[in-house]
Amino acid sequence: MSESRTLFDKIWTSHVVDRSKDGACLLYIDRHLVHEVTSPQAFEGLRDAGRTVWRADAVLAVPDHNVPTTDRAAGIDDPESRLQVDTLMQNCEEFGIRCFAMDDLRQGIVHIIGPEQGFTLPGMTIVCGDSHTSTHGAFGALAFGIGTSEVEHVLATQTLFQTPAKNMRITVDGELGPGVTAKDVILAIIGKIGTAGGTGHVIEYAGSAIAGLSMEERMTVCNMSIEAGARAGLIAPDETTFDYLSGRPLAPKGAVWEQAVAHWRTLPSDEGAHYHCEENLDAAEIAPQVSWGTSPEQVAPITGTVPNPAAQSNPAHREAIERALDYMGLAPGARLTEVAINHVFIGSCTNGRIEDLRAAAALAEGRKVAATITAMVVPGSGLVKEQAEEEGLDRVFLEAGFQWHEPGCSMCLAMNADKLEPKERCASTSNRNFEGRQGRGGRTHLMSPQMAVAAAVSGHLCDVREMA
Amino acid sequence: MEKFTTLTGIAAPLAMENIDTDMIIPKQFLKTIKRTGLGAGLFYEHRFDEQGEKITDFVLNRAPYNEAKILVTGGNFGCGSSREHAPWALLDFGIRCVIAPSFADIFHNNCFKNGILPITLSQEEVDRLMDDAERVANATLTVDLETQTITEASSEEGNGGSISFEIDPFNKQYLLEGHDDIALTLKREDKIEDFEAGQKQSQPWQWIGQTQEGET
Repeated sequence: MSESRTLFDKIWTSHVVDRSKDGACLLYIDRHLVHEVTSPQAFEGLRDAGRTVWRADAVLAVPDHNVPTTDRAAGIDDPESRLQVDTLMQNCEEFGIRCFAMDDLRQGIVHIIGPEQGFTLPGMTIVCGDSHTSTHGAFGALAFGIGTSEVEHVLATQTLFQTPAKNMRITVDGELGPGVTAKDVILAIIGKIGTAGGTGHVIEYAGSAIAGLSMEERMTVCNMSIEAGARAGLIAPDETTFDYLSGRPLAPKGAVWEQAVAHWRTLPSDEGAHYHCEENLDAAEIAPQVSWGTSPEQVAPITGTVPNPAAQSNPAHREAIERALDYMGLAPGARLTEVAINHVFIGSCTNGRIEDLRAAAALAEGRKVAATITAMVVPGSGLVKEQAEEEGLDRVFLEAGFQWHEPGCSMCLAMNADKLEPKERCASTSNRNFEGRQGRGGRTHLMSPQMAVAAAVSGHLCDVREMA
Repeated sequence: MEKFTTLTGIAAPLAMENIDTDMIIPKQFLKTIKRTGLGAGLFYEHRFDEQGEKITDFVLNRAPYNEAKILVTGGNFGCGSSREHAPWALLDFGIRCVIAPSFADIFHNNCFKNGILPITLSQEEVDRLMDDAERVANATLTVDLETQTITEASSEEGNGGSISFEIDPFNKQYLLEGHDDIALTLKREDKIEDFEAGQKQSQPWQWIGQTQEGET
């Protein structure tokens, strides 16, 4: 057997507590993020069985999915949402878990606040009852989404039974063109390998274009690993990672920090390590992407057209395209740049960080949102919001005609009051364009923050590279 | 958790690929703090129109499929959100087995935690069972987990045979015995404590960082 190991192999083997006779591993979990939607039944299970939380200091909780993004002082209008958030707060108090309440400056989307606080560190195993836990893989941590039964299992035991994933490497070499972002890279990858392309695998993103990304851009890439079907996404930790983490509130300090960094430098995949499958992309060939359908794999360069289902030989694919076009209200062959929109959403765990807001504001400055459009910016956390306001980004957005909101998941999944009406069409920086995702009958086009601003200003999907 | 040994029931055909968990159970049903009662929201936007009226031609609204215990469907079933509300909704509706060419990983895991058997078959085999399910007279299937077989109804027009399926031995045992897996894991309490003691030595930053908050 080869001695060369991948980043995934190294993290996996260093967390095996025990092996069952049929090959499943009991894996130690270093960090557990908790939010209000997928945890109440888990806490109820603990309570019913008279169990305690194994390691409360390894858990960080925050309400994010249900929280209002306007007028927060008034509390939560919707009684069900309010009950869910109140239940989280009560459970955290009862079980001794740290929780950032709705009025805490550190509150925000669970996958934004973990990295922001330094709760997420390289080499860790991290779980959360949320599929976008893959975000934390940007730090070289094995991070994956779990269901509520597994949330309960981790709360009670700090472990999970898992079978090993396969290794997949996606290498993106070269330089990204102007106006092309990390979001375009991951959308292009999903377009290439499909929404089940990574099933059963952990995807390691590699190559010069990936190494050249900032931490926040890496998080955007890893965030959408789940949209490629992968169990997790990973990027090798490097100086960019260490620079980002240094000095974060929960990151180690002093001599222990030095010891940690020395260990983290040993994590990247060894030369000659084995991957079960590989894909390669040329960064220079990636154009700004937009989704046209109801699955994240239904994506195309903005210069392209809506596909024609009649040209599909596979009947299942043809039906899927027909169904998507019917839902999206698009005609086969239509130019994407001619698709008019009426809503813009900038935010989410994919693109709700400070760099996203800076890039969007830089483009919005001195421009106006088209009169036909409602456009909203929702920062990913209270700290992102504060930083943006210090930099004056809120004023740029407001002057351009965008709404400026309180942090939360918001219209990414429309569990709070932020949602589309039937047939409303949204340029969105979020991660899912499923039917009904942003509101029943709502139509979602996924894209980068810059592309969303371009759409807001022009009133239709638009190539950001043409906005001189 | 309820054991899964054998199951005989109506199979409903839902020939669509990439059915996501948002479609299985839309967000408005995620606000519950209970596991029960989610069957009412199963495939809600396909079963009910915007006025809340039943959409009568959707398969799960038509007899006999409104009594289905098995779902035969397309590849990558259960993709997207990790919400366990999806298997909870299937279970509450009465569906305890889903047959598809492939499943998304998190949904697949979540099924086993709830006594639902997800069966992966080749596209040809799924097509055959889809054909059975579409002909009402043949829509009753019997699934036997111990012997790993699906038996088709043997009416005149039916395919009238059986199909064997593969399943990971860990998950098979789990369903057959209906474990409380937390209790099982806690039997390894000593091993978890040993692991933690070792990690505190070898990776102290994993433990020290947590206590530093507020000290800086």
